[in-house]
Amino acid sequence: MLSRCIGLAVAIAAAVSVATCASAQEAERKGIPAPPGHVFKTIISGYQFRSKETRALQDDDLENPGFLAVERAADAWKKVEGSEGKSCMTCHGEAETSMKGVGAAMPKWDDKLKKPVNLEQRINICRSEHMKAEPWKFKSRELTDMTTFVRYQSHGMPVAVKTDGPMSPWFERGKQTYYTRYGQLDLACASCHERNNGKFMRADFLSQGQTNGFPTYRLRDQRLVPLHERFEGCMFDVRAEPFKPLSDEFLALELYVAWRGIGLPVETPSVRN
Amino acid sequence: MAEKPRLKLPKEAAKGEIIQIKTLVSHVMESGQRKDAQGKPIPRKIINKFTCEFNGKPVFSCTLEPAISANPYIQFDARIDEAGTFKFAWTDDDGSVITAEEKISLKA
Repeated sequence: MLSRCIGLAVAIAAAVSVATCASAQEAERKGIPAPPGHVFKTIISGYQFRSKETRALQDDDLENPGFLAVERAADAWKKVEGSEGKSCMTCHGEAETSMKGVGAAMPKWDDKLKKPVNLEQRINICRSEHMKAEPWKFKSRELTDMTTFVRYQSHGMPVAVKTDGPMSPWFERGKQTYYTRYGQLDLACASCHERNNGKFMRADFLSQGQTNGFPTYRLRDQRLVPLHERFEGCMFDVRAEPFKPLSDEFLALELYVAWRGIGLPVETPSVRN
Repeated sequence: MAEKPRLKLPKEAAKGEIIQIKTLVSHVMESGQRKDAQGKPIPRKIINKFTCEFNGKPVFSCTLEPAISANPYIQFDARIDEAGTFKFAWTDDDGSVITAEEKISLKA
């Protein structure tokens, strides 16, 4: 009897320590004031929802495995490909100066295509139109590396997407997608990331679902994951038929979700569970 | 697909100073325990040995086992008594070796 009581006491103590631990992390989460019209008062990067160890991994440029991609793409930036005999460097020069702030403002309106394009598409447009090279496949290591590299040049700069003008119908469409329930589980983006963020989902905290860290190094996959692949994963998890990566639906959603994190620093390459 | 490993250590150190060395190498570290979509086992492919030498003398070495995650990160300390060159080597299961070198000088 006595041993059972002790066992129970230990269990209660453990439960209390887990609770204090969770709230302690909640208290130290830092955010920034949200833009007008936002549902949240403060917007918080996914970084703040991760464990101390994961955050340390992201903060150290050497330990962060995402930087392997940055280094690979820095070489690819100078590599001549396609029939025009050009590399990224031929037109853009040093990425450190020419690409500064570019990744933070994506997706951006493209006058020629009459629609917004994101960073992956922009890189492939450059490849097929200016370099006359084969565009890279979505999810390919080359494309994700280059996206990470270009976005890394905006590291620490605030996310600054434009949602006015021709972008506004896309913004509205993205917003609608965000609040639409999909799949057998009948969940919308908002069901988890708006109503339940900060709570546990399985063994991990649900974040506000920000895009400032993408492409992000996922410890689970042991590689960098581009944003649209994560969108696909979320839709798959609620047992829906996912939209295709780089489709108009995901582009609109990307624009809207980027706006939800407007002002957060770009963290690419970030580290997430 | 040998890639350049990432290294971080100071360029110079005082005599007798203990420095920290950080290394990270890109590698899949396939454990051999997993199966592919057809149910066939994926053959093991890991870095099984890491060594570090300073001026030909061993400084640090370890064997790596299948449970280690991709892109292994290894950090250790070393005392610097003279100027010289660190040589790092990662030995793959298939016998190939990834090598890297880094020079260090003594503070005047």
